[in-house]
Amino acid sequence: MNPDDRHYAASHEWVRVDREIGTIGITDHAQKELGEIVYLELPEVGHVFNAEEEFGTVESVKAVSELYMPVSGEVVEINKGAVAEPGIVNDDPYGDGWLIKVKLSTDQEVAKLMSAEQYAEYVREEEKGK
Amino acid sequence: MSSPAQAVSLKRTPLYDLHRELGAKLIDFGGWEMPVQYQGILEEHRAVGERAGLFDVSHMGELEFTGPGAFEALQGLTPNDVGKLADGRCHYSAFLTERGTFVDDLLVYRRAADSYLVVVNAANTEKDFAWARDRAGAEARVENRSDDYALLAVQGPASPAIVARVVAPDPSDLPYYGFRQTEALGKRALVSRTGYTGEDGFELYLAPESAQEVLRGLLEAGRPEGIAPCGLGARDTLRLEAKMALYGNDIDDTVTPWEADLGWIVKMKKGDFLGREALERQKAEGVLRKLIGFEMTDRGIARHGYAGQTPAGPGVVTSGTHSPTLGRPIGLALMPTAASTVGTEFSVDIRGRSARARVVETPFYKRTREVPA
Repeated sequence: MNPDDRHYAASHEWVRVDREIGTIGITDHAQKELGEIVYLELPEVGHVFNAEEEFGTVESVKAVSELYMPVSGEVVEINKGAVAEPGIVNDDPYGDGWLIKVKLSTDQEVAKLMSAEQYAEYVREEEKGK
Repeated sequence: MSSPAQAVSLKRTPLYDLHRELGAKLIDFGGWEMPVQYQGILEEHRAVGERAGLFDVSHMGELEFTGPGAFEALQGLTPNDVGKLADGRCHYSAFLTERGTFVDDLLVYRRAADSYLVVVNAANTEKDFAWARDRAGAEARVENRSDDYALLAVQGPASPAIVARVVAPDPSDLPYYGFRQTEALGKRALVSRTGYTGEDGFELYLAPESAQEVLRGLLEAGRPEGIAPCGLGARDTLRLEAKMALYGNDIDDTVTPWEADLGWIVKMKKGDFLGREALERQKAEGVLRKLIGFEMTDRGIARHGYAGQTPAGPGVVTSGTHSPTLGRPIGLALMPTAASTVGTEFSVDIRGRSARARVVETPFYKRTREVPA
């Protein structure tokens, strides 16, 4: 299940906001679609991104996918554990498999993202289209 | 994250419903809706390496060559020596253009002196059929029998024990690249000791209506050994570790057998065949590029189509993946001959980032197997 304490993007990333810090990862649906993740390319700390900008790539055995910022902000931490052991993103996408933490540029953007319930509905619709 | 492409009127094998039931993730593969994975590519790869895996490869094409001119037709259309094939033996070969480049790579099965089965890549079946029919001559009959065959592959060290419970008589006496017309669970089957994984294994050619029962039978028979249904994802990582070429990736109608390190399928002594002149010329002049195996020394996977830069000029990656056995990224690339020796370092453009790679010995990983000679 997708946790209720975070916000979801149509490009299948989530963000959990704690005051001005946003923790970003990919959803359980996303990791399932990708299959076993073998590489992560994450940005340097200090890099500033706009919402919907590409911030890295996630690579499974069979494909590579871009990662998009659900919100704007400056990178303050990357998950080195996940870079070293990318399988952790498959095992625990909402916990130890988080990707980056950012200092949010604005608190206005999360409102545009989906709730857990809306995201679940969005995934169901996307599946139907296949 | 980007969404997968929408499926449009894809062909399905007779085992489609069973794949759904087994929880396969299905993808568009050359116009076919095929399982890419069930449990996961790494797990399936491991199953084939350590135990056994079961693949539906019914999308492959089957062309039949029959009649008094069948032998001569194939001898003239393929570079390997069909004259060396005995009944019940098959070999790896190709259809080549006049330029000596690949129309397709394939297996030729000799059933009798005037009856051959040629197994080709799914996406090339129509092209190969038209190509062969137009060139086979009046004395050979070429038929596209692809709809009449389902094809299952049982691969891995436990495959002889498993197949012995389903195929009668026990086919484990078959030599590598030997085959026989036999029965699987009482259904007609052509069983060969072949595969596309680098492991010991068997392929079962079946009537489409028998395929589901035989697949279920093999899964049941292989339960003690832990047989796993496997998708095309694991098939790709396995064939790549074994350095088996994939048409459309590593070889196509711009690449010759010399360039692809497949010179062993070209038998110049056998007489004339289509593409021979061009191959003789290229051999005399020397090839300008070669298909090599490489490992990444930097992070990231270099995938098909990525540009390479060597001390001797540019090259191109033809296949790339994460090697489940070695735990690091490997690949194949067409590189200038002067940069094709083991140990040569080069760089690959991975989506705008320059990453280092090194030419290595192939196959990347060699399985030990005991098969009758």
